Amino acid sequence: MNAICLYFQIHQPFRLKRYRFFDIGNDHYYYDDFANDEIITRMAEKSYLPANKMLLDMINESGKKFKVAFSISGTAIEQFQQYVPEFIDSLKVLVNTGCVEFLSEPYSHSLASLSSPEEFHRQVKMHDNLIYELFGQKPKVFKNTEYIYNDEIAALIAEMGFSATITEGAKHILGWKSPNYVYASAGAPNMKLLFRNAKLSEDIAKNFSNTTWFEYPLTADKYMSWIAQSPREEQITNIALSYETIGGFHPAETGIFDFIKALPRFAEEKGIEFWMPSEAAAKLNAVDTISVTHPISDADEARDTSAWLGNDLQWEAFNKLYSVAERIQMCSDKRLLQDWTYLQSSDHLFYMSTKHFGDGSSLFSPYESPYMAFTNYMNVLSDFIVRVEGQFPLSIENEELNALLTTIKNQESEIVQLNKELKALKESIKDASVVDEAPAEEAKAKKTTTRKSAAKKTTTRKTTKKTEE
Amino acid sequence: MKALMFGWEFPPHILGGLGTASYGLTKGMAENGNMDITFVIPKPHGDEDKSFARIIGAGNTPIAWRDAEWDYVQSRIGNVMDPQLYFDLRSHIYADFNYMNVNDLGCIEFSGRYPDNLLEEINNYSIVAGVIARTLDFDIIHSHDWLTYPAGIHAKQVTGKPLVIHVHATDFDRSRGNVNPTVFGIERDGMLNADHIITVSDLTRRTVIEKYGINPEKVTTVHNAVEPLSDELKNVEEHHMKEKVVTFLGRITMQKGPEYFVEAAAKVLQKVHNVRFVMAGSGDMMEKMIRLAAQKDISDRFHFPGFQKGKQVYEMLKASDVYIMPSVSEPFGISPLEAMQMGTPSIISKQSGCAEILNHVIKTDFWDIDAMADAIYSIITYPAMYKQLRNEGIAEVNEIKWSKAGKKVIDIYNKLLNNH
Repeated sequence: MNAICLYFQIHQPFRLKRYRFFDIGNDHYYYDDFANDEIITRMAEKSYLPANKMLLDMINESGKKFKVAFSISGTAIEQFQQYVPEFIDSLKVLVNTGCVEFLSEPYSHSLASLSSPEEFHRQVKMHDNLIYELFGQKPKVFKNTEYIYNDEIAALIAEMGFSATITEGAKHILGWKSPNYVYASAGAPNMKLLFRNAKLSEDIAKNFSNTTWFEYPLTADKYMSWIAQSPREEQITNIALSYETIGGFHPAETGIFDFIKALPRFAEEKGIEFWMPSEAAAKLNAVDTISVTHPISDADEARDTSAWLGNDLQWEAFNKLYSVAERIQMCSDKRLLQDWTYLQSSDHLFYMSTKHFGDGSSLFSPYESPYMAFTNYMNVLSDFIVRVEGQFPLSIENEELNALLTTIKNQESEIVQLNKELKALKESIKDASVVDEAPAEEAKAKKTTTRKSAAKKTTTRKTTKKTEE
Repeated sequence: MKALMFGWEFPPHILGGLGTASYGLTKGMAENGNMDITFVIPKPHGDEDKSFARIIGAGNTPIAWRDAEWDYVQSRIGNVMDPQLYFDLRSHIYADFNYMNVNDLGCIEFSGRYPDNLLEEINNYSIVAGVIARTLDFDIIHSHDWLTYPAGIHAKQVTGKPLVIHVHATDFDRSRGNVNPTVFGIERDGMLNADHIITVSDLTRRTVIEKYGINPEKVTTVHNAVEPLSDELKNVEEHHMKEKVVTFLGRITMQKGPEYFVEAAAKVLQKVHNVRFVMAGSGDMMEKMIRLAAQKDISDRFHFPGFQKGKQVYEMLKASDVYIMPSVSEPFGISPLEAMQMGTPSIISKQSGCAEILNHVIKTDFWDIDAMADAIYSIITYPAMYKQLRNEGIAEVNEIKWSKAGKKVIDIYNKLLNNH
């Protein structure tokens, strides 16, 4: 074992305000600005900003040997720009060290990859453009929302030109295989597959401050020795954490900052390097091909998509949302597109999960129950769909609409074509007139006669006026 | 273990939730085995289910000695009491009650309802309890609701056995805080004399502690449960309605918050038209509600079919798309559980005790008309909302069993007897 890839992910959705059914058709603003501001500002103070500062120190102190990857959703970046702009600045400083790599992902942390390839494409492009605009980087490695992945999605990712993607090292997929190698994807043989090491990631994310854990307390020394103990021939350990793990889930007083900060020192002691994901993808060869039929993710024990698409509520909301996907692709209204993007955040569906209903694990939900979450979301979605319908009446079938739009498009090109022909004809007429001037003369003569008759009229009027005087 | 229970209602002749709860709990306790329960009620009809408890009628218990023949007793009350028990009870008359209004068997007549002279009936019931307590052999006394607290206290004084009182409701719930001092006095006396108090919800537990000044240590919550539906009720005739139906079922009184339902209905009707609202039941606020619906101009969509009983209740639930219980204060509230059994999604107020144990219902504050209207709209508009609440609701309510509640009560008995 010689290398670690360390990933930090940040995502914040645009949470919805309380939206009653009688607001449908009347109120087109959906977001709880107060909650969104409060949450991201609080997390920035407790976690994001001090963690950024620490990472910068770590990079500098290690002589730039410490490297790290970030995946930040577009909706989180927008909220940073709006509420905590200093975080963007501090990220820029980090990026300037050259030791930070951004991953690509769907803009609003959406499940578009499971429903609409076009929308998936659009969101990824939108996200990567924003990253390029702010940090001057073009992401090369892709990480889907919540590590959702299967062979079909792999093909979509490869189509967009990514060299590698990272997903969850789910036991039911890997079996006896280790997540600490690079694999090839069955869905896109040329794309490399990195697997998150679930155990080592969760030892930090979940167990770090758990005093009843038998390994408690976890020290950087101990942690690195676990990694050093793994078989020599293993290639890469992918440790992926929510950025809030540092200072948020585990508050500063648990010692999480000191733990992270000490990692590079003990890594160096044990001969372990930090790599960036694109580096790993370029340097390492795939040892095997892995096929995934049903989508996997990093969620709960099931490691599937049932946290977002597990019950009737979630399916209805999801299907209803993407029922307008085709129409939106034809739309150019900016506000509508923005709402479309925000409403796709998978969080909205997560709040409707009844999987752990009653045992308190709906901790991050702003709603009292999944039913409240569903009702609120569906009310908002109803209004949104009314607006979409305003642009493209739902009474017209998608095919028909498409046909109409194609007709318009065809007619447009036909007009262009006809204009060309017209122009060509005019030219040829000109050419012809040079050869044969006589008919043109005749036309001119006609025109002058009409003008003359008009002149006559005015003169007669003048004369009548005169006689009146 | 032998328990002597005092109650007021017992199925099939019930007037409210008390009878249903008393029956369910007793049966649930018996299912745990090793329980010998005697249940005293004012007036048995003979058609009560006696498979898990012995039923004694206060109205068949002699308090004045009458020289009656076996055959005569058999012919008079044989349908509700074994003559041998009559004679045993007769040998334990403890004072001369001939001055009272007794019948040919030396018994006081009880209505078994809630008559105007209720306080007199409560007192008579307590006199009878003295005879019963002296006759029978038991380990513990259990009184259901305030009407039977004096009887429980009397039995405790006579025998020295521990007394458990079961608070199914308090006068604070019934009166929205405007309590009747006599009732309050009887309730508090029962609580002070009890060795342990069982409440049907944490909400009621807090009322007992805060409003009656009772030591929290002797108050334990045992949530009510619900009897599984018989196949007959499950398969009642379904009236197919073209339109959606939202139903309120219960007494139309201040406690049940009917006006909030009318207000919420008016909000929903502003947006949706294929829906009807039903307020089934009777009560002192019914006329006011009819007027309120008229004022809101929704009378054509808001219906008052009156009091429903037996099978009608289940037919009505089955025909409904939403069941609503906006109670201002509900100690437990068993009806949403029954609605869920019939597969009808329920909206309940957070001020209802059953909200403490239910997940697959919509909970709103009783005064939050907007939230209530929103929930109604959601259930009748979004198919998944209806489907999920229906399916998960049935699964959830099937797990709420009386035998589990019964086990908790038996645990309390054991603790008391060990300390006694």
